[in-house]
Amino acid sequence: MSFIGQVVQWFLDPAHWQGDAGILHRTYEHVLMSGLSVLTAAVIALPVGIAIGHFGRGGILAINVSNIGRAVPSFAVLVIAVQLFGIGALPAFIALVALAIPPMVTNSYIGMREVDADVREAARGMGMRERAVLLRVELPIALPLIMAGIRTSAVNVVATATLAALVAWGGLGRFIVDGLGLQDYPMLFAGAVLVALLSLIVEFSLAGVQRLSTPAGLRSAKSSQKEDLSGTALDTAAVAA
Amino acid sequence: MLATGIVGAVEDPWIRWSWISGHADVITAALIQHIQLTLIAVVVGLAIAVPLGLVAWRSRLFRGPIFSLTGILYTIPSLALFAFLLPFTGLTILTAEIGLVGYTLLILVRNIVVGLNAVPDEVREAARGMGFRPVAELARVDIPLAIPAIIAGVRIATVTTIGLVTVTALIGEGGLGSLIYDGLLRDFKTPLVVGTVLSVALAVVADLGLAGAQRVITPWARTRVTP
Repeated sequence: MSFIGQVVQWFLDPAHWQGDAGILHRTYEHVLMSGLSVLTAAVIALPVGIAIGHFGRGGILAINVSNIGRAVPSFAVLVIAVQLFGIGALPAFIALVALAIPPMVTNSYIGMREVDADVREAARGMGMRERAVLLRVELPIALPLIMAGIRTSAVNVVATATLAALVAWGGLGRFIVDGLGLQDYPMLFAGAVLVALLSLIVEFSLAGVQRLSTPAGLRSAKSSQKEDLSGTALDTAAVAA
Repeated sequence: MLATGIVGAVEDPWIRWSWISGHADVITAALIQHIQLTLIAVVVGLAIAVPLGLVAWRSRLFRGPIFSLTGILYTIPSLALFAFLLPFTGLTILTAEIGLVGYTLLILVRNIVVGLNAVPDEVREAARGMGFRPVAELARVDIPLAIPAIIAGVRIATVTTIGLVTVTALIGEGGLGSLIYDGLLRDFKTPLVVGTVLSVALAVVADLGLAGAQRVITPWARTRVTP
């Protein structure tokens, strides 16, 4: 039988779908772990990035945190977390939260900084108080870039959660890691298909959310430009740094 | 192994200097392999990304497909990408490099297009007015002006690749990642710390080196912040 035939056979076997080691449960684990990590990271990172952007202090920190984050291998973060917290779900969760924070801080900072000073001024001129300027002017305008940061982090987290199978945690990475260990290439390949699919679904759905998060007033005039920007938010930061 | 026995008896410190001095050759070999894997990936990535970037910049028809394809390659987790290739290319350096090159493409192509798009129309018009033919205009006006953005892309691609190389430890390569993996398998902190610290240091040195190179190549861009 051809190799692809074996992979199809693997997917058709109902035993591979059921139970705690089945595709459904592994997917659920992967999604739950990734979702919780991104949420936790967002609760920590977004207020920091938004505050730095709003008050305009500490920008160098906000930009460099993601440059530093990029330089630290996620694999190393995971293994260090194991040394600190033992094996299993806890070190995986902590490592994923740590990895998700930098892009969110940087992007929310850039989003806030890119709000036109004139727009801010106009809002104040209209008699808005600081809180209203922040909540009703700055945040809505910054939202697409904030979402871009969440999307970057989420895709990173889903990818790194795959590696977490190495530290005795579940998720879809199990199929790949076990496939490698057992030299079971159909299982390895099937695991890769599942992980790739999940990543692409996360990427595309968050890209859609990001598009929807653009305030209606900004959409028509700047839509094409904004989209370019959101994709290159981190790169723009790196060019500037 | 021996290390595990020691761990069981005594608390394992983060750094065992005696292990480092006893394994200088292993550490050096891992560092050299890490640099090689990264260099090959970035150079091959650039060789593919430059023509792709030029096509994406000039042709609206191909821009979408090029960005979609490189975007998908970038989104698929590295471990999955290696797992896709493994049944066909085996536990070889080829598997590692195809995966690593795949990651650099989106970053490089995007920055090439952004850089070229940022060249002001007036500059291009002036070049044409001076009698530049299309190829000369590209080589002597467009590309030089896009260099800061392109190098910014190379910096991100290099730093990203240095991090990803560690994952190739799982498929028998790894560079410094093999030390990190060793630390995990043997529950022994010293190789983990050495691998991590050297990997971060390598990324920082490469990033600063490329930033320095850019200043030398494009003296006119020194005062500007973004292209």
